Amino acid sequence: MTEPVITLRGVRAELGSRPVLRGIDLTVHRGEVVALLGANGSGKSTAVRSIIGQVPVLSGEIELFGTPRRRFRDWARVGYVPQRTTAAGGVPATVGEVVASGRLARTRFGLFRSADRAAVRRALEQVGMADRVKDPVDALSGGQHQRVLIARALAAAPELLIMDEPMAGVDLASQEVLAETLRSQVADGATVLLVLHELGPLEPLIDRAVVLRDGCVVHDGPPPKAVGQHALPGHDHVHPHAPAGAEPIRTGLLS
Amino acid sequence: MEILNYAFMQRALLAAVLVGITAPAVGIYLVQRRQALMGDGIGHVAMTGVGLGFLLSWSPVWMATLVSVLGAVLMELIRWYGRTRGDIALAMLFYGGMAGGVMFINLAPGGSNANLTSFLFGSLSTVSQSDVTAICLLAAFVVLVTVGLRRQLFAVSQDEEFARVTGLPVRLLNLLTAVTAAVTVTVAMRVVGLLLVSALMVVPVAAAQQLSRSFAATFAIAVAIGVSVSLGGTVTSYYQDVPPGATIVLLTIGAFIALTALAAPLARRRARAALAAAHPSGDPTECAIPATRRSGDEAGV
Repeated sequence: MTEPVITLRGVRAELGSRPVLRGIDLTVHRGEVVALLGANGSGKSTAVRSIIGQVPVLSGEIELFGTPRRRFRDWARVGYVPQRTTAAGGVPATVGEVVASGRLARTRFGLFRSADRAAVRRALEQVGMADRVKDPVDALSGGQHQRVLIARALAAAPELLIMDEPMAGVDLASQEVLAETLRSQVADGATVLLVLHELGPLEPLIDRAVVLRDGCVVHDGPPPKAVGQHALPGHDHVHPHAPAGAEPIRTGLLS
Repeated sequence: MEILNYAFMQRALLAAVLVGITAPAVGIYLVQRRQALMGDGIGHVAMTGVGLGFLLSWSPVWMATLVSVLGAVLMELIRWYGRTRGDIALAMLFYGGMAGGVMFINLAPGGSNANLTSFLFGSLSTVSQSDVTAICLLAAFVVLVTVGLRRQLFAVSQDEEFARVTGLPVRLLNLLTAVTAAVTVTVAMRVVGLLLVSALMVVPVAAAQQLSRSFAATFAIAVAIGVSVSLGGTVTSYYQDVPPGATIVLLTIGAFIALTALAAPLARRRARAALAAAHPSGDPTECAIPATRRSGDEAGV
């Protein structure tokens, strides 16, 4: 196996005295694409946020590129795509300005050279948003906004991409663009850790799935295959816990 | 241009220009991180500095700078550590600062609330030569920070979590923003007064947003508005004998209303231009509903 890029050993964390992570072990090796799956509240996002240092860890060890996270300073190697939130800054900002802020990790004192400007342009081209560079971000659709956030992470040309629910609330066209972007990143040797709700169009890319339940790892191995009727193209999601008589969510072509 | 013949008016106009530049330059970052009222809080804390300056017979401007910087750092620390009751702690800091100012100035020999009034509401005619020197030095610091570190401050104010992952010293930059805001408050104190300074930090930015679509343009337009209203207000107060701080703030709000009225037709024109670019032939056919699609089709599995 190649060198580990992310290592979590017995990581425990709590949010407001409620234990959210109860001893997580997770290793992501160079070049791997790992999906972190689980229901709402299973601790997927908290696990990712503890890796980048946004959630304090009670016990356990976290290493990035073989360096304990507390001593890790080489953040330009990490590209982070946060969960898209509706809360944006209170001042309008263009797509170009937001993506440029992702390049700061590679600049000295925030001085932009032509190579930095080229990297920003390239990142925007990768997600197919180069023609929207002067548009304000709050005029974008959910999917386009997500593409901008990914371009911001790509602007620093990271070796490791960490994405929190990149497909949530993203339209089909953008999902395909995102999958294509991710495919080319993986082809270039990037390591990827994704939090996902369902595998969706990214399924063929994923090497390994780690499933969390109640803050514990319950599965670590090949991505679970959809079986039986779920494997049919365009099956409908009928949620057993939905209130009785509720309309099934129709995503499919069979109806 | 007889207005320029008086030394006190020269000083007042210079101070007004510097305030017009610095207040929106800091204010834009406060608005971006949704702390628009932070300037108001610092203004309250600065009153203690003014009072202490009178009590100790120091320069009130430098003393106010010192105390408001301390207050701003304290507010930033409260934001980090005291998450749950942060608002209560801030309220105590604000009103404690105000009460401290009133207390100290009344303890000072021969001091009374009348001395405080010129600091609360601004007073151009009393801007002294040493005040102008202090204002110039402080304004230079503010411009250096807000323009020189604009990319870093933009990143931190836009998305703090992401900024941390890019390796930016987020806490240091937050502290620097707070200190710069505190310095701006004392720069603006002599011209618009402590109680009105926050308006000059926030309203030009809000007005600029009506026209702009980028951060850079918002910054430039806000500073342009800031300089125009503070110069306009100063000149008006000279000719009409009205208080400068109130004139400046009312002019800023007037600018906001005018730009808001102007923005609606502008946005419509932009939307039309964008639509024309997207559908050069007109008549967007893809909006039509396919005739084969029934509306109430049965759910099937």
